[in-house]
Amino acid sequence: MTAFDVAIVGAGPAGLSAAIAAAEAGGRVAVVDENRVPGGRLLGQLHQESKDSWWIGQKVAAGLGERAAAAGVELFCGREVWGMHPGWFLALDGGDTISAPHVVLASGAAERAMPIPGWTLPGVMTVGAAQTLTNFYRVRPGQRIAVVGVDPLSLTVAHELKMAGADVVGIFLPPLSKLSGQGGHPGHNLGYLSGLASLAPNAFLRAAAGLVRNPVARKAAARLYPESGVPVLGVPLKLKQSITAIEGDERVRAVEVTDIDAQGRPKGRTRLLEVDCVCLSGGLYPVQELTGGCAAARIDELGGQVPLHSEEMETTLKNVFVAGNVTGIEGAKVAMAQGTVAGLAVAARLGLAEPARLRDAIASVDDVRRTSPITFLPNVGEGRRKAGELWAAAGTHQQAEAQAWA
Amino acid sequence: MQRLTEHPVLGPLGGQPISFEFDGIVYPAIEGDSVASALLACGIRTLRRSKQAGEPRGIYCGIGHCYECRVTVDGKSSVRACITPVADGMVVKPGPAPAEARP
Ligand SMILES: Cc1cc2nc3c(=O)[nH]c(=O)nc-3n(C[C@H](O)[C@H](O)[C@H](O)COP(=O)(O)OP(=O)(O)OC[C@H]3O[C@@H](n4cnc5c(N)ncnc54)[C@H](O)[C@@H]3O)c2cc1C
Ligand code: FES
Repeated sequence: MTAFDVAIVGAGPAGLSAAIAAAEAGGRVAVVDENRVPGGRLLGQLHQESKDSWWIGQKVAAGLGERAAAAGVELFCGREVWGMHPGWFLALDGGDTISAPHVVLASGAAERAMPIPGWTLPGVMTVGAAQTLTNFYRVRPGQRIAVVGVDPLSLTVAHELKMAGADVVGIFLPPLSKLSGQGGHPGHNLGYLSGLASLAPNAFLRAAAGLVRNPVARKAAARLYPESGVPVLGVPLKLKQSITAIEGDERVRAVEVTDIDAQGRPKGRTRLLEVDCVCLSGGLYPVQELTGGCAAARIDELGGQVPLHSEEMETTLKNVFVAGNVTGIEGAKVAMAQGTVAGLAVAARLGLAEPARLRDAIASVDDVRRTSPITFLPNVGEGRRKAGELWAAAGTHQQAEAQAWA
Repeated sequence: MQRLTEHPVLGPLGGQPISFEFDGIVYPAIEGDSVASALLACGIRTLRRSKQAGEPRGIYCGIGHCYECRVTVDGKSSVRACITPVADGMVVKPGPAPAEARP
């Protein structure tokens, strides 16, 4: 196959932004994505940014795709990257290889599973699947829908389902378990929601966060929170009920709802609530299928295991860069800013971009982060700081090793 | 499930109507649909059955990660219905081809 200056894995906002930056500077760029449609997670996104402007992810994706094509980026859509070998060579499904001296890994985020009994029944899906079906494919995933898990994504998707005319019977907690961790605890969720007030991407989230802004009210709220839930723009937020099983034979027919106390413990009473669709939100984690050779660390503030990287987004593997949610869970605008840095860093290495431009791009990532209309993890700034420290330590270690060998 | 021809923010739905076959029956779709979204719009949720117990399986992750949505498309086995665009006249069968079926 043709040789390129840089091969990019993932045509989400990070990968496409990296491709545009490198190609507009004059680099020869290949982008591979297993989905036939470029855009990654942008495709399903839809939230209100301000009073009369909406973030419509599929439009942003189309814009990035057109700009990449105009800059001469070669897109390989519907092809999966199975492995990466030094040099660098990307092994694609079906046996083809793409080679390039530089690589950008922008494989994004995936959703954690939430295996409550009955979760394999047709009609049970992740909130992400429901989001893409509703907003991109324009098919409502059900008529009466229960959402399980309380986080910015589940609240956003519940609102999107409601806008699409579905009857969202409630947003419930998952069962209290090792798996759901604090997610099954009403008090924890109230605190967490209150922290979202300033981060809220839409009126719905702001309303949910506004319920519980003051800590004293929050403590009492966990006890006094009504079992029937509190309606947030028409969707009941059920912080005193958890879904303990999903029922049905050929497809979802009902959910088993269990009343819980302020600590999340079941109070014994359960009942069945008829629904035809259940959307599970277990949280997001960075996809690390191809970063195996890079030094990495588990940083919970960023969503899990992440590769360590320099300010220029280079990993401990020379000429292997990362960008976007593979480095930690954040909104699309941050992913785009990181992608631009990685693309310009490659261009600078090829002698195609001024170092000053790269420095400006690096500086703007933090600005974008501060003004991002959506935040998934409350302490992401702290996570980035930790990752930076670990990188500095790893860099020193590498230098020491290199000197020892010299 | 229902096709959202209108949407308060996204507006009316475009796209050419096409048709394809699933399990011997012809269904309508809209150009741009995935195999999974087209079937869901027609009320079909079950895309395959587990080999051992014959339990029904459908869309779960919707982005090609979980492989719950495996079908056979024009004779090609183990294709993920959620990331495969539907095409006019396409022939889709539930599950992977029998020889390859996994639990
Ligand atoms: C369900 C869900 C909903 C979200 N909703 C929002 C939202 O409303 N607003 C917001 O700002 N952010 C949202 N996010 C966060 C989202 O991750 C970022 O907005 C952004 O899309 C991240 O960009 P990215 O380019 O890093 O990754 P992605 O957009 O995830 O793109 C990664 C791409 O890489 C491809 N890929 C991965 N591995 C391979 C491989 N081995 N071979 C080939 N291709 C591969 C994938 O197919 C995918 O297209 C959401 C995330 C998820 C998971
Ligand atoms: S639904 Fe998970 S791979 Fe298709």
